[in-house]
Amino acid sequence: MDQSIYGWWLPPDVSVHGAGIDHLISVLHYFMAVLFVGWGLFFAYTLIRFRKREGHAATYEPIAGSLSKYLEIAVAIFEVFVLLGLSMPVWASYKNDPPSEAEALRVRVTAQQFVWNFHYAGPDGEFGRVDISLVKRLNPLGRDFDDPAGKDDVVSVGIFHFPVNKPVVAEVLSLDVIHSFNIPALRVKQDAIPGINVPVWFEAKETGRFELACAQLCGSGHYRMGAKVFIDTAEQYQAWIAEKVKEAQE
Amino acid sequence: MSDSHSHGDHHHELPFWRKYVFSVDHKVIGIQYGVTALAFLFFGFCLMMLMRWQLAYPGKALPLLGGLLGTKNMPGGVMSPDFYNQLGAMHGTIMVFLGVVPLAVGAFGNFVVPLQVGAPDMAFPRLNMTSYWVYFVGGVVMLVSFFMPNGAAQSGWTNYPPLSDITDPGFWTGQTLWLIGMVFLITSSLLGSVNTITTIVQMRAKGLSFFRLPFFVWSQLVTAFLLLLAFPPLEAAGIFQLMDRVAGTSFFLPTGLAVGGEVSKAIAGGGSPLLWQHLFWFLAHPEVYVLILPAIGIVAEVVANNTRKPLWGYRSMVYAIIVLGFLSFVVWAHHMFMTGMGTGMSTFFQVTTMMISIPSVIVLTSIMIGLWGASIRFTVPMLFALAWVPMFGIGGLTGLPLGLTTSDIYLHDTYYVIGHFHYVVAPGTIMALFAGIYYWYPKATGRKMCDKLGHLHFWPTIIALNGVFLPMFFQGMAGVSRRLYDQTYYLHGQAVQDLTVFQSWSAWVLGLAQIPFIINFFVSLKKGDKVGANPWDSTTLEWAAPSPPPHGNFTAPPVVYRDPYEYSVPGAKKDYSPQFEPEGA
Repeated sequence: MDQSIYGWWLPPDVSVHGAGIDHLISVLHYFMAVLFVGWGLFFAYTLIRFRKREGHAATYEPIAGSLSKYLEIAVAIFEVFVLLGLSMPVWASYKNDPPSEAEALRVRVTAQQFVWNFHYAGPDGEFGRVDISLVKRLNPLGRDFDDPAGKDDVVSVGIFHFPVNKPVVAEVLSLDVIHSFNIPALRVKQDAIPGINVPVWFEAKETGRFELACAQLCGSGHYRMGAKVFIDTAEQYQAWIAEKVKEAQE
Repeated sequence: MSDSHSHGDHHHELPFWRKYVFSVDHKVIGIQYGVTALAFLFFGFCLMMLMRWQLAYPGKALPLLGGLLGTKNMPGGVMSPDFYNQLGAMHGTIMVFLGVVPLAVGAFGNFVVPLQVGAPDMAFPRLNMTSYWVYFVGGVVMLVSFFMPNGAAQSGWTNYPPLSDITDPGFWTGQTLWLIGMVFLITSSLLGSVNTITTIVQMRAKGLSFFRLPFFVWSQLVTAFLLLLAFPPLEAAGIFQLMDRVAGTSFFLPTGLAVGGEVSKAIAGGGSPLLWQHLFWFLAHPEVYVLILPAIGIVAEVVANNTRKPLWGYRSMVYAIIVLGFLSFVVWAHHMFMTGMGTGMSTFFQVTTMMISIPSVIVLTSIMIGLWGASIRFTVPMLFALAWVPMFGIGGLTGLPLGLTTSDIYLHDTYYVIGHFHYVVAPGTIMALFAGIYYWYPKATGRKMCDKLGHLHFWPTIIALNGVFLPMFFQGMAGVSRRLYDQTYYLHGQAVQDLTVFQSWSAWVLGLAQIPFIINFFVSLKKGDKVGANPWDSTTLEWAAPSPPPHGNFTAPPVVYRDPYEYSVPGAKKDYSPQFEPEGA
C-alpha cells in the first residue's frame, strides 16, 4: 500500500460528498489564521508600545469601543455565513438526501470487540433473517442459515470491498459496546451504537486501498480495530463478491 | 452563619488539628484545596508522561520505571493496552475533577472570594470544611482504584456505557470505585457552590454593590451556578451506572447485547447507551466553563493590576460571562454529532455552539483592547496572564470546526479534539492558575515568590506546552483517532509518528520545567521577600487585609468607596486608588 497518500494534513478525499467538508475545513482555517495573526500583531504591538518605562504613564480613560464592536460583529457575520452557507447545506444534503434503495449497494456493518463484520445481501439483493436468539460465538450476527434469502449472503470480516462510482448505504450496528465507523479518506464517520441502526451513505470516485479505523474507545483492542477498505472497479467487485458467494455456499 | 460572624470566641489558640487540619477558616481550607489540587495535577501529569512513552516508542520497554509498575501493567517493561487505557481515563478524571476544578474553584474561590467581598469568612464555614474533606475522600477513592485487582477505570474519562458497564465487572473494581469517587467529588462541588453563592450575595462589604465586585468574584458566582445546576444530573447518572454494575439494572444497556459473541443472560436490557451521553455532557459541557471562567477571572485581575488601567469593558465582560453561563447549558449535544443525530437537532446545537463563541470573543477582545494605553509591568503573574491570551485564543478558534456539524464529520474523535480542549484547559486555564498562584501567594503567606525562578518556570513551560499540543492539530487533520494505544498500527498514524515523538519529549521537558516552580513554592515560604498588605499596589479589597490575613480577615470591617479597578485616576497622588480608601485619603 502506498503510504505517501497520508501526511500531516487531510488525506486525499475519494468521496463524492466530501468536497463540502474539506471546503469548510479550509475556509475555517484561513479565517482562524487571519484572526489569530491579526490579533497577534495587535497584541505584540501593544506589549511593546505600552510597556512600563520612564516618562510613560497609563491613561485612565478607556479608548473608544468601536473597534471591538466592529470586530465582534464581523466575527458574528462570518459565523452566520459559515453556518448558513457552508455547514448546514452540506450536512442537510448529506443526511437528508440519501441515495435511493434501488441504485445503492446495501451493506450491514456490524462492529464487535474488536472486528468489523461486513454483511452483504448477495445476488438476490435480500438479507437473510437474523435473530438475536441465534447469536453464538461462531455466528456473531445471529444469521438464520435455514432462510433461503440468506443462502447467498456474504459476511466478510475485517475486509470491506465495494465498487467505485456507486452509492453505498452502510447500516452501522454494534453487538457490544459503542464503536465508530470511520474511513478518513472517504470523509465518513458514524458511531456504531448497540440497539440502534443508523444508515450512512457514501460514494467513492476513485479506486484504491484505504483504512477504516475505529474512532470510539471500545476497550483494550481499540487501537487495532481497523479494517482494510478496497474500492474496486465494478468488474473487480463483481469478481470478489462472486467468489465470496461461492465460498459461502460450499 | 452566626458562628462565623461572631469571631470573638475564636481568638483563643486552637489546637493544631483544628487550626490546620479540620479548620473552618476559609483561608486554611483554600490552601488545603490548593496544595491537594496541585499534588493531583502533578500526579495526573505523571500519568500522561508515562503514556507518552508508549505513544512515542510503542511496544518498547520503558527503562528503569517499567519494571517497577507491576508485571500486570507493564509486562517486561512494556505497557499493556489495559494499563494505557487506565492511565488515559484517570489522567482526564484527575486533571479535571481533582486538579483544575478544586484549584480554580476550591482554592482560589475559597481563599480570594471572601477577602474580595470584604467578608470575615465564607457564609457556612463548617459546610466549607465538609466540602474539602468530601473532596479529599473522593480523591483517595480514585487513587485506591489503581490498586484494585484489574486496576483503575479504563473506559475513558467520559465512561461511555456499555463499555464502562461491562468491562471488569464486580464491586471491587476500578470502574465501580470511579463512580463512587465521583459521587463524593460532585457532592463536594455542590456544597462548595451553595457556599460561594451565599457568600457573594449576602456578605458583601458596605458599599460593595454588584457592579463594584471585582471581575474574579463575578466569574466565581457564575461558576458556582454552573456547578449547582449541572452537577446533579451527573450524580444521578453516576448512581444509575453504579446500579447497572452492581445491582443488575439496565439503565444504559440495550436489549440483546452480545459481548464476546454471546448474548448475556445477566443483562435485562431495555436501556439506552445514549442516555448516559446526554446526562454526562449536560454536566461536562458547562464543566468546561467551570474550568475556564475562574481562569478568565484571574487573568482579568492580574491584567488590570499590571496594566495600571481600569479593566476595559468591565460591564460587557460581566454580561458576557453571564450569557456564557446560560448558553453553556444548551450546547452539550455538540459532543454527540456522530451518534446519528437528525438535521433538526444538529442544527439547533451547532447554532447554539456558534452563539457561545460570541461572548468568548467579547472577553478576549476586551482584555486585549485593555492593553492599549496601558503601562504594562511584566511581572511573573502578568507573564502567565498574558500567555493565557493567545493560548485561549487558539483553544477557542479551533472549536469552530468542531462545533459545525459538517467539519465535525471528519474531525470528531480525532487528535484535533484533544488539541482543542487542551489549549482551552492546559495552556489556557492552567497558565491562568499559575498567574493566580504567583499573584496571591504574597497574600496567603506574607512573602513573595522568587522572580528569577518564576521566569525559569514560565519560559520553558510556555514553549514546551506548545510543543505538546500544537502538533495535535496536524495529527487530527491526518485523521488519527484519539485514545489509540499504538497509532502506528495505521498508515495514517505512521505518517505523523515523528510528531508524536516530538510531543513526548516536549511533555518530559514540560515536567522538568515544573521543578523551578515546586522549589519556588516551598522555599519562598521561608526565604521569600517579606511583603506588606498590598505588594502589587492593587485596588481590590483582599489587599486591605494584612498579609497573611488573620482569622476574621480584616482588622476593621472594610467599606467600599469606588469601582474595583481605579488605576491611574487623573489627579490622584498615586497610580492606584483602592476600593477601601475614602476620597482624598
